[in-house]
Amino acid sequence: MIAVRLVFRVLFGGTGLGGGPVVLDLPRVPLPDLVSGVTLLGPVTAGSLLAGVYEGLRLAAVLVCLGAANCLADARRLLRAVPGALAEVSTAVVIALTAAPQLVDSVRRVRRARRLRAGSTEGLRALPAVLSPVLADALDRCLSLAGAMAVRGYGRTADVPRRTRRASGALLVAGLLGTCLGLAALLDPTAGAASGLPLLGAGALLAVVGLRLASARVRRTAHRPDPWGAPEWAVCAAGAASAAAMALASALDPAALAPSTAPPVWPEPSPLALAAVLVAALPAVLAPRPGGGDRPRRTHRAAARPAGTPGRRPAPALGGPS
Amino acid sequence: MIAPGRGPGGAPAVRFDRVTLTYPGAPAPALRDVDLEVGEGELCLVAGPTGSGKSTLLGAVCGLVPHLTGGELVGEVVVAGASTRRTPPRDLAHLVGHVGQDPVAGFVTDSVEDELAYAMEQLAVPAPAMRRRVEEVLDLLGIADLRDRPLRTLSGGQAQRVAIGSVLAAGPRVLVLDEPTSALDPTAAEEVLAALVRLVHDLAVTVVVAEHRLERVVQHADRVVLVGRDGRVRDGEPAEMMRHHDGAPPVVELARTAGWDPPPLSVRDARRLAGPLAEALGDLRPPPPATPGRQDGPPLLRSRDVVVVHGGGAGAVRAVAGVDLDLAAGEVVALMGRNGSGKSSLLWAWQGSGPRAGGEVGVLGGEAPEAGAGSRRARAVRRWPAAPRRPGRGAADRRGGVDGRRDPGALPAPAARALVGLVPQTPGDLLYLPTVGQECAQADAESGRPRGACRALLDEVAPGVPDERHPRDLSEGQRLALVLAVQLAAAPRVVLLDEPTRGLDEEAKRRVGEVVRELAAQGRAVVLATHDVELVAAAADRVVVMAQGRVVADGPTAEVVAASPAFAPQTAKVLAPQPWLTPQQVRAALAGGPGAGTAGERA
Repeated sequence: MIAVRLVFRVLFGGTGLGGGPVVLDLPRVPLPDLVSGVTLLGPVTAGSLLAGVYEGLRLAAVLVCLGAANCLADARRLLRAVPGALAEVSTAVVIALTAAPQLVDSVRRVRRARRLRAGSTEGLRALPAVLSPVLADALDRCLSLAGAMAVRGYGRTADVPRRTRRASGALLVAGLLGTCLGLAALLDPTAGAASGLPLLGAGALLAVVGLRLASARVRRTAHRPDPWGAPEWAVCAAGAASAAAMALASALDPAALAPSTAPPVWPEPSPLALAAVLVAALPAVLAPRPGGGDRPRRTHRAAARPAGTPGRRPAPALGGPS
Repeated sequence: MIAPGRGPGGAPAVRFDRVTLTYPGAPAPALRDVDLEVGEGELCLVAGPTGSGKSTLLGAVCGLVPHLTGGELVGEVVVAGASTRRTPPRDLAHLVGHVGQDPVAGFVTDSVEDELAYAMEQLAVPAPAMRRRVEEVLDLLGIADLRDRPLRTLSGGQAQRVAIGSVLAAGPRVLVLDEPTSALDPTAAEEVLAALVRLVHDLAVTVVVAEHRLERVVQHADRVVLVGRDGRVRDGEPAEMMRHHDGAPPVVELARTAGWDPPPLSVRDARRLAGPLAEALGDLRPPPPATPGRQDGPPLLRSRDVVVVHGGGAGAVRAVAGVDLDLAAGEVVALMGRNGSGKSSLLWAWQGSGPRAGGEVGVLGGEAPEAGAGSRRARAVRRWPAAPRRPGRGAADRRGGVDGRRDPGALPAPAARALVGLVPQTPGDLLYLPTVGQECAQADAESGRPRGACRALLDEVAPGVPDERHPRDLSEGQRLALVLAVQLAAAPRVVLLDEPTRGLDEEAKRRVGEVVRELAAQGRAVVLATHDVELVAAAADRVVVMAQGRVVADGPTAEVVAASPAFAPQTAKVLAPQPWLTPQQVRAALAGGPGAGTAGERA
């Protein structure tokens, strides 16, 4: 990841941007005016290289965090916690999760069968031979799954007056719009937080009300709902604490989190940011291992907590707020 | 027509009122003028040839037809008082449950308990009631010890029972099952049927079940519904319906020979009538296992200490654990055993396309296809690296090895398939072209045969398959025949068939038996991996029983199957200790005296 960022820096970044001493003086490749914004090669400075490393580190940190969250959380159980109105979306995701390994099995089976006819299993020519049985198989499976779900009552709805249904739909759309606009305003440096925050708050409120209304249409109960206990709270708290610490750190001393690249200086660890990272790593110990032990149902309760909590927050801690 | 039982509700559980169902674009209706009443607490068996509309009938009971499949429904289907015309299947879930042909494809969650609860979650059953009902269903179907198991680790019989439980948990009064035992070994099938019979007798659930394996179900049925190819339906008492039915189980055929009327449907009833028949047969004995094409001399396929391991590391499974078997030219060998006993793994290892962790396989024959194959074949050889082999096997293997045997696992794919042909469990995996004609032409090309060779083989196996038909639109039997023809085009002398009769009706199954005999008569060695004891009794010379990757029995069909409670065909059970295997043998012996039952009768 870092290497790729560096290579891109060298390939396209050669404008002398970033400052610092020139490390590698490459000739600039002239490009037609059509792509005037892009430069190819050119002198590479230490500053731009360092910035490349930082960017790479940032992305790598995001990936590591996602991976860690994935190890600790069970997506299926997470989906059980979604509100009723989104149940159909979550069902679709569950089915996709089930279908993926089946598809892999199916491909493996068909490829093995291909050898029986001495056909090739690689390359473009083999594509129709492998794809067509696999797709036919997948379609058949989808139909039988749809049938099996329908006869078991999937998609039953309570009788809800038409007006309520319309109102919940309108509320949801308005809420989402509000949330998006609010976020955009918050992130736009020229607008500032003053106009963004109220918009975001109002949007979120509308969306919650809409979801509540829509959930009334769905009558479902949960078999053995996942208990929300001390470990779940602890994991959430760890995520929130690390986010708060990072926000505090960037407000107090933004320079410490984004070390200067021109001139290049050795990044100084800030104790607060370091603490945030450590707190973010706590769920690794707090969360019980999903699927550990021989009675998985009862052991991986923590899987129901939102996976994003420990996942994204620590990312800026490593690379600085972007 | 028998009067349907009427429960306290006063109405039959299922009523078809002049139902005609036509799928969009179909030239003829799938069901025509169906009038049918199934009473409370009946076990109703639906039988008929493939493609006759059995599945349509079942789908109509639970509303999947036409709500999910499309099609025009004329008339009315009423289930437990609700009309399927106005109610979609999801709103019938608490009245009627449906288990499809492949239960695994219908699983939504990933553990047994969640799957059982799924339907109740959809119906908004309160959690305490849900927990209680899950326990009841677990006990009722005898799957309590499976409750925490991931669904993908279940065996076929277990998966089928979990699927039944998952619809039963919603508390339906009617249960519809499409071929619940066709993929199961005899023992697992017994478990599933026992569970169904318990539901009918203890809870008075109405069960409608479609099944090709009549011999397994008909003895438990209260009513038999026969669906004809034209979509018309007849129903009545099982014995009455079986009396003239074409694909009746062996006990019924035996009854026709012996003149028992009404025909008995279970081995027990037949055995109570069989005294006079056994006396009439007296000293007659079935003809010795004659194998018309069987050639003495060295075996075509010789395997020593074959080991197949699936997976790696701690989870590795020894599917085949050291098998020594020889196959002679002209013999039909039946490979039997529980699901997961290593039958398929052994076939794939023999063919060379599957993994093999150890042991030796040598096959005679496999002369390179005639000249004219040309560069296409050469290219194919280059494209195909040899299958992964155990290191250290000599190059001698590849060049003919000892006594001229070659190891298909060490050869490129085109050469391997000229030695051993394999028809896998899902034959459709081999087909990918849009028409039968193109598949045949492709098979000629890849086998280096003159044009039309595969088509000629197909006509021998199953005459009259139209060239322009899409392979997916063929019946199960026709598709099997097409794949067999494709594999025979390479002229292998060893032919392996993995579960060839799965999903086939009586007629197609009988044809498989004939084809297998013909292949053996041409001097090939044929292996059938199958659960179908009646097919084995009719077609196999030799039976090999596997358990946990090892051979536990190997001998002439009569000796191996007659002694086994699970694998004995009905005729053997009825006439034991006399060594008869099929009603045809008995009929021939009675008609012509000793020696009349010759090899020709066996097919």
